[in-house]
Amino acid sequence: MTSQYTPETIARLYRSLYFIRHYEERVAAIYPSDKIKSPVHLSIGQEFISVGVCDVLRPDDAVSGTYRGHAAYLAKGGDPAAMMAEMYGKATGSAAGRGGSMHLIDTKANVLGASAVVGTTIPIAAGYALALKRQKTDRVIVAFFGDGASEEGCFYETLNFAALHKLPILFVCENNFYAIHEPQSKRWATDRFCERVATFGIDARKITSGDLFEVRDTAAELVDKLRRGEGPALIECHAYRWREHVGPNEDYDQGYRPRTEMEPWEARDEVPRIAALLPEAERAAIEAEAQAAIDAAVAFAEQSPFPAAEELYRHVFA
Amino acid sequence: MSSPNAATRQLRYVDALAEAVSQEMARDESVFVFGLDVDDHKAIQGSTRGLLERFGPERIFTTPLSEDAMTGVAIGAAMAGMRPIHVHIRMDFLLLCMNQLVNMAAKAHYMYGGAVKVPMVARSMIGKSWGQGAQHSQGLHSMFMHVPGLKVVAPSNAYDAKGCMIAAIRDDNPVIFMEHRLLYPTEAPVPEAPYTVEFGRARRMLEGGDITVVGVSNMAIECLRAAELLREVDVGVDLIDPITLVPLDIDTIVDSVARTRRLLVVDNSWINCGASAEITSQVSERLGGSGPLQIRRMGFAPTTCPTTPALEQHFYPNPSTIAEAAYAMARPNGSPWRPDPEHARLAYQAQFKGPF
Repeated sequence: MTSQYTPETIARLYRSLYFIRHYEERVAAIYPSDKIKSPVHLSIGQEFISVGVCDVLRPDDAVSGTYRGHAAYLAKGGDPAAMMAEMYGKATGSAAGRGGSMHLIDTKANVLGASAVVGTTIPIAAGYALALKRQKTDRVIVAFFGDGASEEGCFYETLNFAALHKLPILFVCENNFYAIHEPQSKRWATDRFCERVATFGIDARKITSGDLFEVRDTAAELVDKLRRGEGPALIECHAYRWREHVGPNEDYDQGYRPRTEMEPWEARDEVPRIAALLPEAERAAIEAEAQAAIDAAVAFAEQSPFPAAEELYRHVFA
Repeated sequence: MSSPNAATRQLRYVDALAEAVSQEMARDESVFVFGLDVDDHKAIQGSTRGLLERFGPERIFTTPLSEDAMTGVAIGAAMAGMRPIHVHIRMDFLLLCMNQLVNMAAKAHYMYGGAVKVPMVARSMIGKSWGQGAQHSQGLHSMFMHVPGLKVVAPSNAYDAKGCMIAAIRDDNPVIFMEHRLLYPTEAPVPEAPYTVEFGRARRMLEGGDITVVGVSNMAIECLRAAELLREVDVGVDLIDPITLVPLDIDTIVDSVARTRRLLVVDNSWINCGASAEITSQVSERLGGSGPLQIRRMGFAPTTCPTTPALEQHFYPNPSTIAEAAYAMARPNGSPWRPDPEHARLAYQAQFKGPF
């Protein structure tokens, strides 16, 4: 599939992929300093999904994320400096210090807020899609969520409603096989997830390859259908959570999953694979630019002020 | 807030609600109504009647039986700039919406640093009588009062129903709108032109010097009937309907109790951890140091609502029990008094005529 891709597209995908990976690596490095006092749920290893899907979106399309939402926020064009400041709890943060890592939002980039309560953002994205449809635009929304969220009742309620009203919403399930520390085998009666979704009359695709280009191709096709008013679609994307549920570390010593489970994913990591498709000089330039932007985001967060005490009571009511 | 003139027509509570929504839908394209049964032939007991014909199925539509997700849909649509009204035929179904209402609707504006607003209305009706029973009769307002970010509105008459509904639709926050089944047929003078009843301003329904009585939702009307009975024994009631529980106009209540030094709060729900606990606590905090206070609460019996009328009649405060309690507080040294049952029956004919 790679052959269809122009060098510009490959470079753009790599820029996003590399940036998210290294942004999160920086978060992981800063974390032990306690400057980030917010539970972080890293997307490391799963970034290719957000990167592939968001690459086919227009700036006026929207995404909604989850508490493991750094990748979706950044891939959609969320402000990285505001995100870092938010995690530092600074007044300049994306939610003015009220949200932290789990409640990232960027209305300019059409990143809807994320939630710490699993599954809650899925119907909200559908409500947003209802508004898009009523406004008679061809804008779409992507709702990212994990395999755990697919077990919540509101997910199925939303599938039914979205299909009934032919809403322009792409559901993207990032199936990393774990909900906190519980493997899918202890939670799912069958793994026929896409078949379940398809019974609502929803075009449901399963991607097990971990291939960024396959994700992008599939998203492009489905988003096209959404824009034509053909109703919702879903992608189940297999991936693997390289780090612990919450926090910056690996946790394979905890005994609930073996590192051998992760190794095939690490071996086919999209970051070096896409890097290898680029000329050395271009790759190096992209990486240097990304590192500079990450440095700038950290500096912005470090230098920003904390909110004043009276800010506690602002924004309770609109 | 406008005042009705003498020529104002009488309107039923249920029709006042429908008129408010209809006028707002005509004024603002972003307002829409959805919820199970809003467009069927019974139209939520008539409170959504006429809307489908006037505004079409895009702006008034039924839903699957998915209260949780539909609340999320309301929130998402509101975040996208629309003004949804989500209707529930009984308040008890709001328990299926608690996750979205408490975790998302109430918090979104704050937790996203003011970046989004959630201008939605959750309409719900409390049931009573004809065996509404355990799961169709609950007043759940205190659960919502507990959570910052939600407004809680409980109008007791047709005038306030229309004005509060228009205010709720125009409000940029999630509003829990509580109605009461037994209020639906009650009439009051209601102006035709749109108007708002400002949130956070209680209504003084009666002036009196002996005791302050606060009645919530339908209990405001029961208290009005109780006050009728108390007039026979010369007990003057300062009757206050808070109208909105969040924001709560505690100043008006405190001002009254500062004069009467007696406060009876009659809630349309249970007492413990309820609205009455909140109101009496706030009054105690403000006035407790300035002299003796008599405080009492009434509400649902501390049990589950039974279906049989033989028991249901003992579950709720009624004009007789309210009057008896108020009398005992106002005349602590007098002999016990209980209203004549025939008078109590006649008191049910009392209608709310103002003041507005």
